[in-house]
Amino acid sequence: MWWLKPAHEPITQRVLGVLAASTTAVLALHLLFPEGHALHISTYTLGLLGKYLAYALLAVAVDLVWGYLGILSLGHGAFFALGGYAMGMYLMRQIGDRGAYGHPELPDFMVFLNWQELPWFWHGFDQFGFALLMVLLAPGLLALVFGWLAFRSRVTGVYLSIITQALTFALMLAFFRNEMGFGGNNGLTDFKDMLGFDLREDSTRAGLFTITAITLGLGFWLCRALMLSKLGRVCVACRDAESRVRFLGYRVERFQLFIFVVSAMLAGVAGALYVPQVGIINPSEFAPIFSIEIVVWVALGGRATLYGAIIGALLVNYAKTFFTGLIPDAWLFILGGLFVAVTLALPQGVAGLMKHWRWPRTPDTTTQEARA
Amino acid sequence: MSLISQLRDREHVFDFLAPDVSPVDVHHGVILYMEDVSVSFDGFRAINNLNLAIDDGELRCIIGPNGAGKTTMMDIITGKTRPDTGKVWFGTRHDLLRYDEPAIARLGIGRKFQKPTVFEALSVFENLELAMAADKRVWPTLRARLTGEETDRIAEVLTLIGLTSHRHDPAGILSHGQKQWLEIGMLLMQRPRLLLVDEPVAGMTEPEMERTAELLTSLAGEHSVVVVEHDMGFVRSIARTVTVLHQGSVLAEGSMDEVSANPKVIEVYLGEDAC
Repeated sequence: MWWLKPAHEPITQRVLGVLAASTTAVLALHLLFPEGHALHISTYTLGLLGKYLAYALLAVAVDLVWGYLGILSLGHGAFFALGGYAMGMYLMRQIGDRGAYGHPELPDFMVFLNWQELPWFWHGFDQFGFALLMVLLAPGLLALVFGWLAFRSRVTGVYLSIITQALTFALMLAFFRNEMGFGGNNGLTDFKDMLGFDLREDSTRAGLFTITAITLGLGFWLCRALMLSKLGRVCVACRDAESRVRFLGYRVERFQLFIFVVSAMLAGVAGALYVPQVGIINPSEFAPIFSIEIVVWVALGGRATLYGAIIGALLVNYAKTFFTGLIPDAWLFILGGLFVAVTLALPQGVAGLMKHWRWPRTPDTTTQEARA
Repeated sequence: MSLISQLRDREHVFDFLAPDVSPVDVHHGVILYMEDVSVSFDGFRAINNLNLAIDDGELRCIIGPNGAGKTTMMDIITGKTRPDTGKVWFGTRHDLLRYDEPAIARLGIGRKFQKPTVFEALSVFENLELAMAADKRVWPTLRARLTGEETDRIAEVLTLIGLTSHRHDPAGILSHGQKQWLEIGMLLMQRPRLLLVDEPVAGMTEPEMERTAELLTSLAGEHSVVVVEHDMGFVRSIARTVTVLHQGSVLAEGSMDEVSANPKVIEVYLGEDAC
């Protein structure tokens, strides 16, 4: 079966091994050592790490379309935010009558706006299953419609990148409006609990962190399985010589659409994992600059490896936390500097460096003989 | 049958749902037929009332000076360019103007580009695997597994194009001539009825050229082959019928000797080449 292939692949085994080991180590340090101990990992740090892991999943989604298919999406923040909003809506409905206004059904911002009843698109979000479905469907459908229009007209390259920027910018403006019914400027926040677990509890935070790590592992596995299949090789072929692929009889636009939708759904899942851990979702996640930042993570980590995207997301976001604490105003300059330095010195990113040093004999794709 | 009566009839698959997999009909002996085809780009007539018929199993060479419309003609046949006027038929059943590139490729027309276009990041083996005739929709492609028969077929083509020892190398490191061969191998994997080959020996050494000539000649019969080439020596070595294109239409057609004796041809083309 195509989805079992990564099990035999050394790269997947290593990446998942490292991910499992470091997740266990972090949890152990968090749970085993008392607060104040030198080795203790605080709940705050745990939440931060969970956020990084959600970002890493987002980076994997971007690498899938950019690294393997050559589609530079500068709007993946939109899919991430839509997944986040779907989860946020569930969390808002869970507040129930514990809001500041104590209304049994309406979230606080609706009461504040004098709304009398729940808008139609908020129905169903009190069910966790429905919310999960929306986490996948909302970004998936947007990607399907957008991608169908774009790829059918053979819009690619820099034009597609610009349109994706416009897409996320338009959504940001729309979500800023109070009348949209998503909390406007402030977004959705003040979450209380999720499936009955209090979000402020230590154990819930640890659980969310673990679930995020597992989902990242599954997402990595899925992408790897897709790229190890013949479909993955068609994608690489589309990236390098699109018209040649057409003359071989493949409908390039359908392959692009398929991968684009899968990637958007993964981004949505990443957003859904991100929201309960940071406790807020607002229109700033739609900001064009955020989508560009994601691309920088992937470029720094190394394109078309998937694990490079994870490394890039973790490194850059750790650096961001570190430097914004140290010299807040300089962060964007540091990010730009890092980007330029890596592009010049390491065109294949950190992953390229690792391949060169540690895995000199492991080809990126498994040999056919192992498969045949 | 009207749509309504079709919908009522539950015994049969609706016409509009049935996949168009009808084989090429060549009982008249002609596999490719172009009539009065014209196309202009910004007022420049690249193809001008072109008439051309290729017989099933034929090996045809097409020559002509730069700008004669050879590549544009291939673009029209493979669906990349739509002609302004004219008819293009594949056999007597398929009007090629109704299909797009992937559909035309699936009907059985393979194309080799002027500049060798292989997938450089993929291995030689994988290049052939992708080209192989198979169900090329998204889901079947995802689930595709190589059967023993398919592996044998790839091995056979690898031997034929002399790249067996390079099968796990990325196609990007091959020499120019090897890339040309790989692309011809990819064409063979498609099992096409009609091969369109644009300048197959550009950048090849003399022995490589001879092997290519041998290969293309051996393909004719089972496949129909159309070769566009600049190299006169090469054309002379393989051609049975030669078509000379000039300014977008056919100037002369016949055997190499007839064509090279034609005064009009000498004037526009062979004269300057001193052949």
